[in-house]
Amino acid sequence: MSEITSARHIPDRLDSPLSAALRSWELLLVLVAVAIFIANSLASPYFLDPWNLSDATFNFTEKAIIAVAMAFLVVSGEIDLSVAGIIALASTLMGAVAQTGAGTGTLVLVGLGVGLGCGAFNAVLVTRLRLPSIVVTIGSMSLFRGLAYVILGDQVYKGYPADFAWFGQGYVWWVFSFEFVAFLILALVGGIVLHRTIFGRQVFAIGNNALAATFSGVHVERVKFILFLMTGVASGIAAVMLTSRLGSTRPSIAQGWELEAVTMVVLGGININGGSGSILGVVIAAFVMGLITFGLGLLNVPGVIMSIFIGLMLIGVIAVPIVFRRLAALRRRG
Amino acid sequence: MNAMSPTQSVHTAEAQPLLEMVGISKSFPGVKALSDVALSLRAGHVTALIGENGAGKSTLVKCLTGIYQPDSGEIRVDGKPVRFATADAAQAAGVTAIHQETVLFDELTVAENIFLGHAPRTRLGFVDWAAMHARAAAILHGIDAPISTRVRLKDLSIAQRHLVAIARALSVDARIVIMDEPTAALSYKEVEDLFRIVARLKAAGKAILFISHKFEEVWRIAEYYAVFRDGRQVGAGLLADVDQHDLVKMMVGRDVAHVFPKGEPKIGDTVFSVRKLSHPTEYDDISFDLRRGEILGLYGLVGAGRSEVCQALFGVSRPGSGEVLLDGQPLVTRSPSDAIGAGIVYVPEERGRHGAITAMPIVSNMSLPSLRQTSRRNFLRMAEEFALARTYAERLDLRAASLSQPVGTLSGGNQQKVVIGKWLATRPKVIILDEPTKGIDIGSKAAVHAFMSELAAEGLAVIMVSSEIPEVLGMSDRVLVMREGRMAGLFDRQGLTPEILVRAATGNSEGRQ
Repeated sequence: MSEITSARHIPDRLDSPLSAALRSWELLLVLVAVAIFIANSLASPYFLDPWNLSDATFNFTEKAIIAVAMAFLVVSGEIDLSVAGIIALASTLMGAVAQTGAGTGTLVLVGLGVGLGCGAFNAVLVTRLRLPSIVVTIGSMSLFRGLAYVILGDQVYKGYPADFAWFGQGYVWWVFSFEFVAFLILALVGGIVLHRTIFGRQVFAIGNNALAATFSGVHVERVKFILFLMTGVASGIAAVMLTSRLGSTRPSIAQGWELEAVTMVVLGGININGGSGSILGVVIAAFVMGLITFGLGLLNVPGVIMSIFIGLMLIGVIAVPIVFRRLAALRRRG
Repeated sequence: MNAMSPTQSVHTAEAQPLLEMVGISKSFPGVKALSDVALSLRAGHVTALIGENGAGKSTLVKCLTGIYQPDSGEIRVDGKPVRFATADAAQAAGVTAIHQETVLFDELTVAENIFLGHAPRTRLGFVDWAAMHARAAAILHGIDAPISTRVRLKDLSIAQRHLVAIARALSVDARIVIMDEPTAALSYKEVEDLFRIVARLKAAGKAILFISHKFEEVWRIAEYYAVFRDGRQVGAGLLADVDQHDLVKMMVGRDVAHVFPKGEPKIGDTVFSVRKLSHPTEYDDISFDLRRGEILGLYGLVGAGRSEVCQALFGVSRPGSGEVLLDGQPLVTRSPSDAIGAGIVYVPEERGRHGAITAMPIVSNMSLPSLRQTSRRNFLRMAEEFALARTYAERLDLRAASLSQPVGTLSGGNQQKVVIGKWLATRPKVIILDEPTKGIDIGSKAAVHAFMSELAAEGLAVIMVSSEIPEVLGMSDRVLVMREGRMAGLFDRQGLTPEILVRAATGNSEGRQ
């Protein structure tokens, strides 16, 4: 072309990755986590005991596994509020199968299979019938838990095989429980898939502009279908762990967990409107929430107060960045 | 062109300006959007504001309408300094703006749209519906717009909506009217109607600021001009004293030698054939061949079905019947991904909605359709993505601070370069460009045109949808004209005139309506 075209070099990025990291939400979360950790260790002399810390992780690992899968869905601009309903249905069906004397392997397959099936149910309604996911999954939340109530009534399923208990109560090495290790591995895999693969990039593209993603050759519906299967399976995994840890199933199991998972996702810095965020943030947010609830437990704060606390945190996390942005904008307009 | 003189007399040229802006500066973090600019608008006259995208025109308009506060400088109305702290304050002072994409409400009636927020009230404080409809009808009559005040906006055409937007601007008794690219979405006849309205506003003593990329329009309706470049005012005065060449030079700060760099085409074999493509409602019986190295212009009025045909070829929608052949083989595209895989790509008309993911960085936009190329076994490689993005950014002369900058922060022309670059990176055989230079500045326009010629010279087959006759005539080897979903003619470049195109597109034997 003309002479002005030559040698106009455009840099890759203006600010270094380090300075971006210093201004990141993730760093802020780490500081919050450290502060709560120190507060907890000052509040209770037992807190720093390795076994105590290990116990603390059971508070959040199951929810956090769901939150990692939910993060994908929220980044893509969708949401799944039926996750706790899936746990109830999966746990109930595992209980029913256990009553027939099925072995541990079968139970795990049932748990994961129910998760996959429920995820596929949501996926079909959202991607094939093009219904909004928030409506679909509010409906299926009641549907799945309702089925659990129909099957179980006010009964309790017990009598799980002895070796089934390992998934919720076993340790891989020293104080590291199977649940905790599984969470770390799944989070690592999730982080790599979301941030380092073509699939993950497509999820971000969809969350930012699904139309433009379609026009760029992304199979938007196919990707979303997979994401709903992922939250379904993650709920199935959580159902296996929770059932194993409790050793029993009631239809009210995991009540309200969908909101705690969404809180972790949003606290972790994933934009609730889709398009941005990181798995690292969600993982740190899971630790923050685990530490807070455990710390409040150490201080003998009742569960009702805790749920008020979680609710306030969720509102705060969504509101604070918005308020700050508005204040900054006001100052600029001066 | 440059012989055209202002249509209105300029005997009041020495009168005091109705509105003056002096020494206006405005900075944003990292960018100086306006530095020390001046502008004056005179009652009963049109001042054309000209400049490339990113020259600071929009920022100026926002300062004038109270959306931004200038960092320094003064705005005077009737010689008295004013300060527009809010959009309401600007409106109260008689400044109103008609934007490129005006915000109106589909479900409300015409009258409600016109008077939303300042509806006439009865003594009890209720909306005075009778007065509202009467006044709305009066305003619409005043601009020669035969639209009922009681229909809902969703039942109107784009041009009619535009008239409602103008009526709304007039309903606040504005003395200063800003029109930000008002003709961008209008057809030939609708533009004529708009010009009549502008002439009326002028006669009514309004001061009009007219922002446009189209020089013919500027010369037809404006008396004064102001040229902006890189946030500065680089020239202003009477249009009668300058010609188009002078303005272009001021705008780009250099000479733009030839706007349509059409080389001697080396046209090869047929690569792409469309046979009797039909859709139940949008288009019917479309057939053409496209050869290597050829640019096929696709001309027609807005709504003639051009974009629909292109989107069907790209797999976004499905045709009812018909056949598409690529390299002689039948091709079925069920999704854009099929089309891209086969080597057919589409640069859509609506950049922000379909073309680019504006919140994501340049590099991710460029690499999105080529991720297979820049990755290893599904794992992303950022270094290769940056390399790919840099290759096409440099080839297209992209102006950006960094490749990690969100596309939405670029000017329209540079956004378009990103979208074109992302498609070239897929190494297509056929590229479909839908209004490739719509709403972009003359510098970027020339770059896009030069690039199209270059691509054709490299053996790519190009389909260019365009509503701009000079562009169609300047760039195409052949032109397919569509009218109401059907082919109205397929013309060779030789001997093609604007009259032939307009006649075919409108079906009017006079060539214009």
